[in-house]
Amino acid sequence: MSPAFLLLLALGLGLTGWLAARARAWRFTGSPGTRAAALPVYHAWYVALWIALPVLLFVTLWSVAAPQLVSQAVMSSPAAAALPPFGMERQAILAEAHAVATGAAHDVFHPQARGLVAPFRRAFGQTDAIGLAVTLLIAFAAGAWAFLRVKPDFAARTRVERAMLAALLLASLVAILTTLGIFLTLVFETVRFFGMVNPVDFLFGLQWGPDPMSAAEHPDASRYGALPLFWGTIYIGAIIAMVVAIPLGLMSAIYLTQYADQRLRKWIKPALEILAGVPTVVYGYFAALTVAPTIRDAARAAGIANASSESALAAGLVMGVMIIPFVSSMADDSIAAVPQAMRDGSLAMGATKNETIRRVLVPAALPGIVAGVMLAISRAIGETMIVVMAAGAAANLTANPLAAMTTVTFQIVAMLTGEGSFDHPATLSAFALGFVLFLVTLALNFVALRVVKRFREAYE
Amino acid sequence: MTNAVSPPDPKMRAREVSVFYGAKKAVDNVSVDIPSEYVTAFIGPSGCGKSTFLRALNRMNDTIASARVEGCIELDGEDIYRSNMDVVQLRARVGMVFQKPNPFPKSIYENVAYGPRIHGLAPAKPDLDAMVEKSLRRAGLWDEVKDRLADSGTTLSGGQQQRLCIARAIAVDPEVILMDEPCSALDPIATAKIEELIDELRGRYALVIVTHSMQQAARVSQRTAFFHLGHLVEYGETSQIFTNPREERTKDYITGRYG
Amino acid sequence: MSNSPAPTRTPEFEGRLRKRYASERRFRLAGLFAVLFSLAVLVFLLVTMGLNGAGGFQRVTVQVPVALGQSGLPTPPEGASSADVTRLLESQGLPQVVHSNAERALGADGAAQLSPDAWRAVAASVSKDPAQMLATPTFALPVASDLADAMRGAGHEELQPLARRLAAERKLDRQFDPGFLTRSDATDPQQVGIWGALKGSMLTMAVTLLLAFPTGVLAALYLEEFAKRNRWTDLIEVSINNLAAVPSIIFGLLGLGVFLAIFPNWRSAPLVGGMTLALMTMPVIVISGRNAIKAVPPSIRDGAMALGASPIQVVFHHVLPLALPGIMTGTIIGMARALGETAPLLMIGMRAFVATPPGGFTDPATVLPVQIFLWSDEIDRGFVERTSAAIIVLLLFLLVMNGVAIYLRNRFERRW
Repeated sequence: MSPAFLLLLALGLGLTGWLAARARAWRFTGSPGTRAAALPVYHAWYVALWIALPVLLFVTLWSVAAPQLVSQAVMSSPAAAALPPFGMERQAILAEAHAVATGAAHDVFHPQARGLVAPFRRAFGQTDAIGLAVTLLIAFAAGAWAFLRVKPDFAARTRVERAMLAALLLASLVAILTTLGIFLTLVFETVRFFGMVNPVDFLFGLQWGPDPMSAAEHPDASRYGALPLFWGTIYIGAIIAMVVAIPLGLMSAIYLTQYADQRLRKWIKPALEILAGVPTVVYGYFAALTVAPTIRDAARAAGIANASSESALAAGLVMGVMIIPFVSSMADDSIAAVPQAMRDGSLAMGATKNETIRRVLVPAALPGIVAGVMLAISRAIGETMIVVMAAGAAANLTANPLAAMTTVTFQIVAMLTGEGSFDHPATLSAFALGFVLFLVTLALNFVALRVVKRFREAYE
Repeated sequence: MTNAVSPPDPKMRAREVSVFYGAKKAVDNVSVDIPSEYVTAFIGPSGCGKSTFLRALNRMNDTIASARVEGCIELDGEDIYRSNMDVVQLRARVGMVFQKPNPFPKSIYENVAYGPRIHGLAPAKPDLDAMVEKSLRRAGLWDEVKDRLADSGTTLSGGQQQRLCIARAIAVDPEVILMDEPCSALDPIATAKIEELIDELRGRYALVIVTHSMQQAARVSQRTAFFHLGHLVEYGETSQIFTNPREERTKDYITGRYG
Repeated sequence: MSNSPAPTRTPEFEGRLRKRYASERRFRLAGLFAVLFSLAVLVFLLVTMGLNGAGGFQRVTVQVPVALGQSGLPTPPEGASSADVTRLLESQGLPQVVHSNAERALGADGAAQLSPDAWRAVAASVSKDPAQMLATPTFALPVASDLADAMRGAGHEELQPLARRLAAERKLDRQFDPGFLTRSDATDPQQVGIWGALKGSMLTMAVTLLLAFPTGVLAALYLEEFAKRNRWTDLIEVSINNLAAVPSIIFGLLGLGVFLAIFPNWRSAPLVGGMTLALMTMPVIVISGRNAIKAVPPSIRDGAMALGASPIQVVFHHVLPLALPGIMTGTIIGMARALGETAPLLMIGMRAFVATPPGGFTDPATVLPVQIFLWSDEIDRGFVERTSAAIIVLLLFLLVMNGVAIYLRNRFERRW
């Protein structure tokens, strides 16, 4: 029996309780002389929640536990004793028998699987029966208890509202749990990785080339030097991309806020938003298909014979274009936050528009603009698809923008989509790289948000 | 519409000036002469158009997209709204001080040096230093700030900030200084200092001050114009306006019947 | 007044003024250039994708009359499903029949370049119209990608004479390929389609919406209406602001390290993908939701409170309905971002070759952006066109979503 069915059952039982409780509450609200403590609908919700919440809790636990019970039952059957002990074959046979037993497949391919179909069916039947029985038992017990409390003087509304407040609080705790989940996952795997590779070798080593097929027990620490990756990330995301995005983004914002007339602005702003909304995989494809070959051909025409078709320049340029709308909108907000009095004061002195912008508005908005650039850098160094598709896999510690270069995000993808096992240092290195990336972006965001906050307060 | 007093040497001359915000008429058919040797005060209840008219005198209304000016305003006989009028040069000649002190978020020195720098008035650093000192002295601020010129202008008190803004305006050697309720954000002591300063500056510059305080107008100005609902009701010598107004509405306003 | 002319009225001043105006013009032009540059890149990107992608909605076919009436194949029973018809005809030798008919019509070299799956087009047509089994209808059958490339003049020089001959006989041409929207991934660019990826995207988005929307709205309500200023609230706020800026690939690591550790059987499943993207989308919904809730004026709350409504009633009867358009706008924008997201889904294995569309939330699946990424690795010219076509489909979806968001914003935005 699928969890989906049990869920529907829980909702159905809850609805039944809802209707029954409302009918009961209606009776006593109709009677003269009494003024009920709560509307019938709150009594109804009270009972419905008492039925649905315990059932949902049970179904969640059961959907994890039931498969374990099934596999235990099947393993203890005589047919399972004949299975090959380990490996792919054993898994394949079990999967086949499972598929046939659930009706997902018509027939087995492997003869050994046939004997397992019946134990699977039997186990499914048993767990289904248990699950259904417990579900109904919980629903009726909890429902009856709640139903008996539906009386005129029962303050159902406050109970229901307390439950809703709890739901609101839980929802907002998801954010903390997510942050905690990210942090713990990364720390846990990083610690495992550092148990195999020395952190100093990782952070300051100059050679990157993990071999996922090598023996996991004695990793070659000299192949886990992440410095070239950090350099590639900074070079592409914080240097090349920013050289494109900062001047163009800032000038766009200045033009749109200070020069363009309203009608033009009304059309251009959404167009820039489209640029910001294009998925990164599309930018990546654009970089790989159009920009990178153009740069290579231009470099070859300029006499650089070994220009590769994957280059830091191509990835960085396209990333810069992707970031332009972001920088522009941050700069736009910061400049708009500078009081009109500053602008008037400067114009009234006889300053021209660009003198006012360059000498008063931009300096006054500088904290906001700097914070925006920091957020833009944090976005650029965390960007994955463009570098995966256009930057290359070779870890080069070079300042040549025409060389292929790899980044932290590229290597995370490469290490985790390969064939390596989960316990191999090459796979775990992806988590260590992720941890470094997480900490750096966290620091950038934290400082940037602080700066923005103080900047806003200064002009309020 | 009274327009009795025509001083011998009007620095600025406004004739039949109307200012519109979109379709709304904020100033209606105003004619005024601004004498160069006096302080002229514009008074009237709030929303009467006095500030709008003031902003028309150095074309600060240009920065508001919907604003439109009709009529003729002359500076030394030149129409400042003619098509080849240079707005930058106009504003260098007709300075302005705003209601709320608005020092730039730069050092005190840089605030005053801003005008000379953008206009290229000081070829070398010593000239600039001299100009900054002279302007701060004239604004009566030098003694208070001479040891802290590198501090940010925003660290000063409100009254000091406003005098810094006046020093900033003086630094480009303007011919006219427009002041838009320069004391409305200040305490009485700071207000007294600014009024003193205005008195000292009289004769060197043509001064125009917008104020909602009749006492202030009576104290600092020699000419007063009374605005009401966008119209210029009465314009004349300050003593005459306050002691013997010709118009009933002026009298009502001065005696506190409305406002 | 001094007797020397004011410094602002000298000829030197006017000379400097001319230079200042020139610099003003240059500055303005630089601003215009920056804006135009961004627009030009956008136009260039769209035109590149459009030109390449137009071919992706077509495929190269040959006209082959297939004498089904003389083939001896059985007529499928009335009302049989198309999968059953396909299986029946395959077992009865339809592929061989199609091949021999192709040899007759195109010659042996031509028949060799027929797509190995060409007979499926015949089976699909027959299952719609069983009467064809008695006649000799002419089908437009897909060719192998080598011949398709040769027709474009790319590569495979030895096939180009064949392509020219068949084209001259008016048997070979490019046709609009509606199957691109209904088929799934394949190894041959002539045979691929995006339905599998599209369905995967829809299932993933459904999970994301169901999880992120309620959580995000409830969290926004809590933070804006009920939370007291204390350390916990600050922690929640800091978490949300940071989550909104954490690189998406980190969410992929979370999905891999937590969700797949708990549910190892759901690798590549839309359920896990949707959960991962929901965590990424939730902060966006919370932030936009809070802004929308903040915009509801306090007077509404006071009015309801004065009638004796409880805080919960005030929020759910008055504040939430008024804030809903703003919340919806933020939600759509967050969902559009999730729809275009690739990197975190690569981490949780949604990059598998999935040739059949997923049947449910726990089946292995891929999504549209990942499909684009997978095809982009193929160097075949046919795949370049198909990739661009898939990008066009993705961009159209995003355009519609953003259009709806802008419409909602303009239609319901209230100024208090």
